[in-house]
Amino acid sequence: MIDPMEPVYLDYNASAPLRPDILALMTDIWHRPGNASSVHGFGRTARKYVEEARSRVAELVGVKPAQVIFNSGATEGNNTVLHAYQGQRVLVSAIEHPSVLYVLPQAETIPVTQDGVIDLDALRQLIEQGEPPALISVMTVNSETGVIQPIQDIAKLAKACGAHLHTDSVQAAGRIALDMTDMGVDYLTLSAHKMGGPQGVGALIVRRGLDIPRYILGGSQESLKRAGTHNTAGIAGMGLAAEMARQGLQDYDRIRNLRDAMEDALLGIAPEARIFGTQAPRVGNTTDIALPGVDAQIQMMALDLDGVAVSSGSACSSGTFKPSHVLKAMGAEENICRSALRISLGYGTTASDIDRFISAWKKMYMTTRVGS
Amino acid sequence: MNSLGFDKPERDTRVVVAMSGGVDSSTVAALLHEQGYDVVGVTLQLYDYGAALAKKGACCAGQDIYDAKRVAEEKGFPHYVLNYEDKFRQSVVDDFVDSYLQGETPIPCVKCNQTVKFRDLLKVAKDLNADCMATGHYIQRVVNPETHRAELHRALDTGKDQSYFLFATTQKQLEFLRFPLGGWTKDITRQHAERLGLLVCDKPDSQDICFVPNGDYASVVKKIKPEAQRPGDIKHMDGRVLGRHDGVIGYTIGQRKGLGIGGGHNDSNDPFYVVKIDPVQNTVIVGPREALARDVVHLKDCNWLMDMPADTGADDPEKYRTQGIKLSVKLRSVMTPIAATFIPQSGGHAVLYLDAPQFGISPGQAAVCYADNRVLGGGWITRTESTALPIAA
Repeated sequence: MIDPMEPVYLDYNASAPLRPDILALMTDIWHRPGNASSVHGFGRTARKYVEEARSRVAELVGVKPAQVIFNSGATEGNNTVLHAYQGQRVLVSAIEHPSVLYVLPQAETIPVTQDGVIDLDALRQLIEQGEPPALISVMTVNSETGVIQPIQDIAKLAKACGAHLHTDSVQAAGRIALDMTDMGVDYLTLSAHKMGGPQGVGALIVRRGLDIPRYILGGSQESLKRAGTHNTAGIAGMGLAAEMARQGLQDYDRIRNLRDAMEDALLGIAPEARIFGTQAPRVGNTTDIALPGVDAQIQMMALDLDGVAVSSGSACSSGTFKPSHVLKAMGAEENICRSALRISLGYGTTASDIDRFISAWKKMYMTTRVGS
Repeated sequence: MNSLGFDKPERDTRVVVAMSGGVDSSTVAALLHEQGYDVVGVTLQLYDYGAALAKKGACCAGQDIYDAKRVAEEKGFPHYVLNYEDKFRQSVVDDFVDSYLQGETPIPCVKCNQTVKFRDLLKVAKDLNADCMATGHYIQRVVNPETHRAELHRALDTGKDQSYFLFATTQKQLEFLRFPLGGWTKDITRQHAERLGLLVCDKPDSQDICFVPNGDYASVVKKIKPEAQRPGDIKHMDGRVLGRHDGVIGYTIGQRKGLGIGGGHNDSNDPFYVVKIDPVQNTVIVGPREALARDVVHLKDCNWLMDMPADTGADDPEKYRTQGIKLSVKLRSVMTPIAATFIPQSGGHAVLYLDAPQFGISPGQAAVCYADNRVLGGGWITRTESTALPIAA
């Protein structure tokens, strides 16, 4: 029977719920006509929203507003960066999002350790093995495990060999402090919807003094860097999301405490369960837990039918299931990869949400045990 | 008692519906949902349809997954797609290929029902706390009022009856399964599909084997096992070489057309038939129609939905020849059941003695046994004999 209560949403890493303040701001903007490139008053108002948002996003990552290029999201941002390095030597980590992994056929993959951290020694060897790479791309935080990558160390290696460094920060924004200069990266990509903003909006941030070829052609928007009418309301929503993400960093201890208590409870129910990345620095909202012998898609379905939304590894666009490439890269056995569930919390998660998840997970655990 | 046989309200009865995306299973899901059941739709992705084929009228292509999803979304019940590519490959496709290479004519649909659907998906349904699993098959499940056990009966619509493909369903599986369309004709199903406003109501029926485009199974076998296409001799039963073949996989017992050797083995110019396929010698053996006559059929991996006699009779076949169980049997999907005597043997084997010889019985096909409309079970044909003609085949 379907739970009459509102379902519990614990899939923030797939997409965070839109924050009410952001919805209100965007609704307000949608009520007005205007193209941010127009000269008239309506256009000027729209443009003001876009530029305010640019400042807010810049502040989130510690850069000047002029370095921020708005686009349709991190997939576009990642494609823009990688396409600029066609035909050149490019190194990408084995645990990247598909929009990094599968853009350039020649890209070589950097292995990760068992804990899901970039293997710096292996990266060093890779760099020395051939001509110096033109680009290295490593995400700031992994979407499945929540493991924080040693971007500063990677930046040193990149700098030493003259490579540019790109980092996909979608899972880091609002969870850890981001300062692009401190991190030492040349390109950083963001998506609004991972931090409570709207879907379909993102930003590419480029180090000062560096230029990047245009990826979407045809208009003079974004100082000729990205064509297409500004998604004014969406961009404004992203600006507010960036602002709230920055201010919400203090709130992350609360989320981390909920997550840690949840992990203790799950291991108490099933000692054979295995949580990934616990030996590495992790963001506070993500748990990647394998229940050996129980297919992740079955776990996810059982939890969904009990009104709890989580994710099994990476949801691919067709809605079907593929074992996690991230866990595979971490050296996990096939049956472990197939049994891993990702639970991701966020600003709206409450203790009672976690309690409901734990009891649904326990029920699923008992049922699948009996059945096997 | 609700319509699925549970003594509780419909909303408290969870039923997993195996949805192919076609009219039949979509109608089952939508009907049960209309009746208030806690319906959970599941569609299996069985192969990489993008790479393999794009073909109409087959059950598991990408369009069908999309259609199943849309039906569930429109009606408002949960639906999931399970990626069973590996399971399907291991349990069905590999077996299909091996069987052809053995010179047999396999039926992958039975293997699919037997493994991915009624073993793997059924386990999923239990893991999801379902009370039962329903499919869109045309077959009837009847609970015997005396034994209280579920029995399998042929569909009311004999033209749509799928019992031949479901003989391997075990008693335990049958207890958990439901076939709401077994008492309907296809026309009634379509009427309900239309009444329910299903987007799939005028979709054509699925044809042939789902993963084989345009019925060209030989090309599928060749694609998976390229070495399968080894040319060899076409020989007459008497040993004369009559021609060449380009791989035994292109031939089936009883086949007459497309042999490329013409007729003419006697004065009346009667045609040749494939009477035997020898995968070891890589030879196709042909002969006159009479040489196909068989009245003894050996079976393996049998599944029975009836009580077995205590004495298997393995040591004394003659005793059972006269005293064995009388029943009727189908030796391929499209045939009227014929009379036979059944003798069970140990190890899941059995022998069938046919009242009248049959022509063109092919190893790899199923022998499915009936008592009137009730399905008693069956097994896989391994070899055949003739009591009249001592031909080793």
